[in-house]
Amino acid sequence: MMNSPMNTQSNPVPESSLDSQQTATASMSETRPFYWSVRRELWENHSIYIALLAVASVYLIAFMISQIWLPNSMREIWMAHSMRESAALGPAATIVGLAMPYAHAGMLLMLIAFIVGIIYSLDALHGERKDRSILFWKSLPVSDLTTVLAKASIPLVVLPLLVFAVTVTLQQIMRLMSLAILTVNGTGAAALWARLPFFEMEVVLLYGVIVLALWHAPIYCWLLLVSGWAKRATLLWAVLPPLALAAVENIAFRTTYLGSMLKNRFLGFEEAAFNLVDKNGVSIDAHFIPLEALTPGRFLSSPGLWLGLVFAAACLAAAVRLRRYREPI
Amino acid sequence: MACIEARGLRKAFGTTIALDGVNLRVEEGRIVGLIGPNGAGKSTALNAILGLTECQGELRVLGRDPWIERERLLRDVCFIADVAVLPRWMRVSQALDYVAGVHPRFDRAKAEALLAKTDVRRASKVRELSKGMVTQLHLALVMAIDAKLLVLDEPTLGLDLLYRKQFYDSLLNDYYDRSRTIFVTTHQVEDVQNVLTDLMFIQRGRIVLDCSMEDFESRYVEVMVHPEQVAAARALKPMHERQVIGRSILLYDLKLARSADHRQQLAALGDVRTPSIADLFVAVLGDKPGSNAGQTAGAAR
Repeated sequence: MMNSPMNTQSNPVPESSLDSQQTATASMSETRPFYWSVRRELWENHSIYIALLAVASVYLIAFMISQIWLPNSMREIWMAHSMRESAALGPAATIVGLAMPYAHAGMLLMLIAFIVGIIYSLDALHGERKDRSILFWKSLPVSDLTTVLAKASIPLVVLPLLVFAVTVTLQQIMRLMSLAILTVNGTGAAALWARLPFFEMEVVLLYGVIVLALWHAPIYCWLLLVSGWAKRATLLWAVLPPLALAAVENIAFRTTYLGSMLKNRFLGFEEAAFNLVDKNGVSIDAHFIPLEALTPGRFLSSPGLWLGLVFAAACLAAAVRLRRYREPI
Repeated sequence: MACIEARGLRKAFGTTIALDGVNLRVEEGRIVGLIGPNGAGKSTALNAILGLTECQGELRVLGRDPWIERERLLRDVCFIADVAVLPRWMRVSQALDYVAGVHPRFDRAKAEALLAKTDVRRASKVRELSKGMVTQLHLALVMAIDAKLLVLDEPTLGLDLLYRKQFYDSLLNDYYDRSRTIFVTTHQVEDVQNVLTDLMFIQRGRIVLDCSMEDFESRYVEVMVHPEQVAAARALKPMHERQVIGRSILLYDLKLARSADHRQQLAALGDVRTPSIADLFVAVLGDKPGSNAGQTAGAAR
């Protein structure tokens, strides 16, 4: 205490460099705790990536076995393709047939990620209170806002990116495998293989992953809020109140607004983000969605998306506030 | 500047009053023990100091309001709240990485050096460590942080004697440098008798004793009175009296004595010694006569 005023007078240079250092530390400390909070979530919850990798591996094994039948099925598709072209039905159906296993891979991984995200969110702010580790986390200079945002980023950012990365990798392995078999077998169908537009498929996949994360954000954030609030039975607290309200509405007023709203929150993204009818009014098979069927403008301007995001933000704000007061249970 | 300053701190949980107008002042560089029975309000007081609980009254820790500026404050304050709060899934190396990542004042090399003195392996998970080793790890993490205030809430609960001794030795030798302040609550008062610089007793949400250890030694005496002198000893108004194997041990507060040669008078009655914190604790907070004496001691502050 005695030295510092003297320092300022006699030797201002180190003092000011110390100041700038402190400013640097301060600005750095905004993002660093967030980065490390996300990392620690991944350390704790291996299931986030193990589940996806395990399902992808199992799917790949099943796909490998199915490749025994590939030359035959290619012949069938090829025949059907020739017949359809003669019947002027266009190549769309053929592509759907070829794209089927790839689309299933993507859909399966998205479903798994949804389940993992739900399980994760329900435990995120509950587990740390149950095992008393919240006392340790709170002993470090990490704000409740940073903690809650880091936890929310797992289902909203990390899982979608993981789904995309794992699916693309899986699809490429599948593609190389099929190409190798067809080339060795020489069925002549390899040429047809080039018809599958992989780049387009991955763009649609990325779009789908982002759409899902945004549309389902209020679900995850609601679960996070419940996990920070409930002392036990987080799943029941998360599920029963909305269902009960919907039931009461149905019985009391004979309307189903709440019920259809809930259903829409799970599945409504398809209507908002995709236009699954082509220009001739023929419906497009969801196994192969062409770029023209994406409607990002309609999605971004749909009230459902923004109402959901406002609800999600409110849940997160409440969760941050709750965590300040939370103690071990 | 006082490190911790509280005036009229109040906190109620429903009808239970946890803090009932706590006043305390802890100067920089002290090692303060806050001792009290279960449910006396120790943890609530610590939580208030750490910004984990909102309280009525005035509270400043390192010049800041802990409830409003908790995050900023925690760069200068460390705490071990209870034992066994380190996440059980975490590896020792991850704990080091994480604290190094989020704490601007963490000296990783120091933590590693402290851990090197223990049997804690870097690849172990917390759940694989014994309770004593978890505490060693937590203490290594906390001691490697260049903090101004260290708060310890029952840091040695459930540890065996050796670990407890090691804990406080390490704290005094490798951490305490007379500019840092340490605030500790514990039931194992015998462990901290030679560690503390200041002593506080808390009971039913109020501070009933607040003195430095120098004061403690000059102020309180315990006399093992010769059987024939008991009546004379009682006439000198002891705070507390207990029987040990047929001998009476009486505890006196010399500050309450009127004559200056009280100590000599007592020496004539039997063997005079400084009481242990535990004996004073019983005298101040103990059973019914004790709690009366507690009020006297509180009033005498």
